[in-house]
Amino acid sequence: MIHAFTFAIAANQTVAIVFLAIISYLALKEYLLLIPTRRIDRGLLLFAYLAVPTQYLWAATDWYNMFLVFVPVWMFLLFPALMALRGETQNFLRAVGTLSWGLMLTVFCLSHLAMLLVSGEVHNPVAGGVGLLFFVVVLAQFNDVAQYVWGKLFGQHQVTPAVSPKKTWEGLIGGVLTTVALATFLGPYLTPMDHAWSALAGAVVGVSEFLGDINISAVKRDLGVKDAGGLIPGHGGILDRVDSLTYAAPAFFHFFRYFFTP
Amino acid sequence: MTRFLRFLFYGVLVRGVILLGLGLTVRHRDRLPRKGPTIIAANHNSHLDTLALMSFLPLPLLPKLRPVAAADYFLSGKIRSWFARDIVGIIPLTRAQTRKGANPLAYLVTALDRGEILILFPEGSRGEPEALGRFKTGLGQLAATYPDVPVVPVYMHGFGKALPRGSSLLVPFNCTVSVGEALYGRDFLGPEREGAQARRAFMTAYEARISDLAAAETVPDWD
Repeated sequence: MIHAFTFAIAANQTVAIVFLAIISYLALKEYLLLIPTRRIDRGLLLFAYLAVPTQYLWAATDWYNMFLVFVPVWMFLLFPALMALRGETQNFLRAVGTLSWGLMLTVFCLSHLAMLLVSGEVHNPVAGGVGLLFFVVVLAQFNDVAQYVWGKLFGQHQVTPAVSPKKTWEGLIGGVLTTVALATFLGPYLTPMDHAWSALAGAVVGVSEFLGDINISAVKRDLGVKDAGGLIPGHGGILDRVDSLTYAAPAFFHFFRYFFTP
Repeated sequence: MTRFLRFLFYGVLVRGVILLGLGLTVRHRDRLPRKGPTIIAANHNSHLDTLALMSFLPLPLLPKLRPVAAADYFLSGKIRSWFARDIVGIIPLTRAQTRKGANPLAYLVTALDRGEILILFPEGSRGEPEALGRFKTGLGQLAATYPDVPVVPVYMHGFGKALPRGSSLLVPFNCTVSVGEALYGRDFLGPEREGAQARRAFMTAYEARISDLAAAETVPDWD
């Protein structure tokens, strides 16, 4: 995953955005496979897929306002309306809720990676959008490994036994501290942030990575696929790969944008 | 020329749409046949079933792959007929009650004699999407006629969501193809069992295999 990322963002911005859009598409497709859907909504799901290229178009053209409101406002309003017009009320709320939530997570949240790449040219004189994207992706992946290692070595007290029995406070704290250390080192090279801000950004990424991870774990437990392991062997488990980024990308993006917009 | 078009159709177009657009998971790929004669018997939900099956079998086998399809549906109209016969490569099967004496399975027998791989759908129709229909027993008859030809049960899931009967709108859904262990007609023939009895025993075993494969899937169905 990280290799593909590195390749894509090194190649050229358009390639990178298409690559990120494909990840969003695959994540949405996997999500729609896991949730129960209604037969009557079949055609609407095609519209849901169309939201992916549209949202990434806003990112590619740096249309920040539209990027922000497209899914949370327009798609949020559109899909319930379309479903209501079709007239099927059985499980209406479930259908609307699961679809909106999935679009937010797999399209809106993940597309922050693309926005980070595009808008970074203005906001990051040090290493551009690539620097910012690299910063958050490397830290999120690193944090995942660090939490695992710390948890393996010292893990005693579970954070949420019902959701993710392997996540421990020791792993979480050790992982986040390690990520903060790496962020402090990397930040000045990749971003306009100094050591102190970089450390804070590292903490934001570390904690949000953890939250994104347990969020998807909870969804999968609810749907009863947690132990299905190879639900989509070879092909996917794409949600498992990007679960942390669904939280880390928007959290870091808005943290950075708020404090470092010129 | 036709052969090249067929190769292009399956090798490029169908593979592209199914692998990239839909996403396909194949379980127990190793149980698939590597040579003919073989019968692949699958459940049927969508036109995509045939195409998907043909797209993940190795390309060199393509000239030998023959989906068995309803003559009344696929041979209606000139273009559809050309496309079905030459590109998809179907063996037409008459669904309606046949004349006395005419064996509807005759074409299939010839194809097996040529060492081809038959793809057939014992449900006989796509039916309600994502629901198993009743299996017809022609398969059991074939198995009894060719006791040493392997019959590979295949359970397909999701295609009926992606492109159900009566719709021309393809909606991406990850689909699953689960391959079962082969059954042989010879295991159901015996001194004490013959004809209709062997056929029924075979179909019972086949249905059990399909049900087992279906039970292993955890993905939610439609409401």
